[in-house]
Amino acid sequence: MSAQDEFRAEARAWLEANCPASMRTPMPEEERVWGGRNAKFRHPDSKLWLERCAARGWTVPTWPKAYGGGGLDRDQALVLKEEMARLGCRPPLFSFGISMLGPVLLKYGTEAQKAEHLPKIARGEIRWCQGYSEPGAGSDLAALATRAEDRGDHWLVNGQKIWTSYANYADWIFCLVRTDTSTKQGGISFLLFDMASPGVETRPITLISGASVFCETFLTDVKVPKDNLVGRLNGGWEIAKELLQHERGMISDIGKSIGGMVPDVDVIARRYLGDADGRIGDAVLRDAVARHVMDDRAFQLTMRRAAQESEAGTANGGLSSMFKLYGTEQNKRKFELALKCVGSRALGWEGEGFDDDELMLCRTWLRSKGNSIEGGTSEVQLNVIAKRVLGLPD
Amino acid sequence: MNLTLDDEQQILKDGAHEFFKERSPVKALRALRDARAPLGYDPAVWAEMAALGWAGILIPEDLGGAGFGYKGFGQVMEEAGRTLAASPLASTALIAAPLLLATADAARKEALLPAIARGELLVALALDEAPRHAPERIATRAVRNAGGYVLNGCKTFVIDGHVAQSFIVVARTAGDTQGADGLSLFLVDAKTQGVTVTRTHVVDSRNAAQVSFSDVALPADALLGAEGAAHAPLTRVLDGARACLAAEMLGGAQEAFERTVAYLKMRKQFGVVIGSFQALKHRAAHMFCELELTRSAVLGALDALDSDDAEAPLLASLAKAKASDTFELVSAEAVQMHGGVGMTDAEEIGLFLKRARVAQQWLGDASFHRDRYATLRGF
Repeated sequence: MSAQDEFRAEARAWLEANCPASMRTPMPEEERVWGGRNAKFRHPDSKLWLERCAARGWTVPTWPKAYGGGGLDRDQALVLKEEMARLGCRPPLFSFGISMLGPVLLKYGTEAQKAEHLPKIARGEIRWCQGYSEPGAGSDLAALATRAEDRGDHWLVNGQKIWTSYANYADWIFCLVRTDTSTKQGGISFLLFDMASPGVETRPITLISGASVFCETFLTDVKVPKDNLVGRLNGGWEIAKELLQHERGMISDIGKSIGGMVPDVDVIARRYLGDADGRIGDAVLRDAVARHVMDDRAFQLTMRRAAQESEAGTANGGLSSMFKLYGTEQNKRKFELALKCVGSRALGWEGEGFDDDELMLCRTWLRSKGNSIEGGTSEVQLNVIAKRVLGLPD
Repeated sequence: MNLTLDDEQQILKDGAHEFFKERSPVKALRALRDARAPLGYDPAVWAEMAALGWAGILIPEDLGGAGFGYKGFGQVMEEAGRTLAASPLASTALIAAPLLLATADAARKEALLPAIARGELLVALALDEAPRHAPERIATRAVRNAGGYVLNGCKTFVIDGHVAQSFIVVARTAGDTQGADGLSLFLVDAKTQGVTVTRTHVVDSRNAAQVSFSDVALPADALLGAEGAAHAPLTRVLDGARACLAAEMLGGAQEAFERTVAYLKMRKQFGVVIGSFQALKHRAAHMFCELELTRSAVLGALDALDSDDAEAPLLASLAKAKASDTFELVSAEAVQMHGGVGMTDAEEIGLFLKRARVAQQWLGDASFHRDRYATLRGF
């Protein structure tokens, strides 16, 4: 048996023994575990599942064991992912700490920062949020103005962040701050601080979908210990850009998982427009549905090709830059097409006359509009491809 | 599913790239066109291609072929697409060879396939009868008599029809004009009495012909495979051809795109290179994405064909539909972004536009394949 087969057998046996049956079912969004000081476990078994995974280091399989990780190499992590998918295991923990901050700390953090923060992320004890965008710094993120002044024994932070996802539930924030006003990108630093610090105030923003996952975050004379700077002073932009890569990967995943709560568009079309054999009678919509599911298939194949090329060491780098753009645009097209297929039944806001799936479709359609804005708009992604992949000049 | 190339496939692709660049650049197509070359291809180049094993890519080694499979064939087609190389590769090696392999008896395979692999025998498929691809809409009829069959019908858009020594004719031996049942294949020598071949001059300067059959008397052994059972082997061969034609279109679209991006970096207006304008950048980035999706679809289809994956028909339709839409987009944008110079015959970019529309239509355009995909998926 190869080492990989051995690991697969070991992972499978462990998952079968440790993943409760209730954690092998599709997960409603409200049962997601985000961890933190005020962690909520809507499903009682999800706490047990998290603790078992954390004890094994498998909330963060590729992180070093010293920081609460599983110490797995990439191939093993892939095997674990496949085995979890095979058994239908829920992800034990959703966390910006895992997907965004962790990789950055591993690369840029001091030993003390890594030892302090990474194990708590791995165990789901501290929930993080991201302080990037500001009212005057969206696509032009480097225009951010939140100041961190050196006051000798601490940083004094003043300013306002916006679109801070779940800031109202987060325990800590990783935050871009201006430490030099004389240059743009070169005056930004990467700072960590506790959201319970005096002077931090959050206010949820109600979106067009009715949900409030984002906040405005006001920072007034917040005192931050000097040791909480990650990387070098005024060296935050490099870290910020790297972290955005992780974020974009996550958003195209989230796009998919948001989409995943609503069936594929051909399933919807068949339900609302299909005849007894499931054939869609409306020729125009049938063509549109076919185009959509074919593009989905081509996109899946492209993601698989990128993984295989990266495995084989022949990746050209350009491919990954299109995932955020294409994944989110395709997700928006899915919902527009679903709305057309379902007709007026997709337009219910709440209450009688619509079933739960139809009400969910309407809200999710509205939410999907944000996918191509958050984490770098589609227009910014197009600029990135034009510049970095095609080499077109500014 | 493996969407990358192994070493052998990569070597094949690199070799094809160099070959077409050297021996069959775009200007070779222009020269054939301007000379109104009777054959429509360069027999010396075709002989070299055969010597490299490409005429026998799908023919097993014991019948004189190279046995590289569809993924290998796709790499050669992609590189041929980059230079718009005109040759009988698709008609004979991509379609006729595997169709004979699937349907002919052993003696006939021995007689024909090695000759195809050597580049000596050209065989064209006579399939479509209507302006749009419709492989089940066949009115050409073969009626059995004492000596064999009598064949009547008209075929259009027969690729390499005027240079082929033989045709594989799709004819109906039962049923009405529409439907998969009752279709049969016949091997017909082009010189047989009652066969009329008319070369047509198509916008891409490549070969196509109209072929009519008027009371053509065929011996009983002209039938390939079982009578009335042509649909399954024909469909499989057509799917292979669709995937490889999509590879050719990918090569053509990729080349037109790269030429266009290079032009955007070179052409100056208003004192700057036009590639600095966001209106053009975003369209270029959009084309990049569509090309990458097309490449994945093509590789997926080729891999599925070689591994006999049940998804192969779906992926062949996906590849042909995606390649058709992408080549349409890229070739039209390429002319637009080249501006006035793109409208001139002297500039090569227009030749890509012309090839695109012909390749789109051949073996089913994007609408045809979306309809087929939906049908296969049950909606």
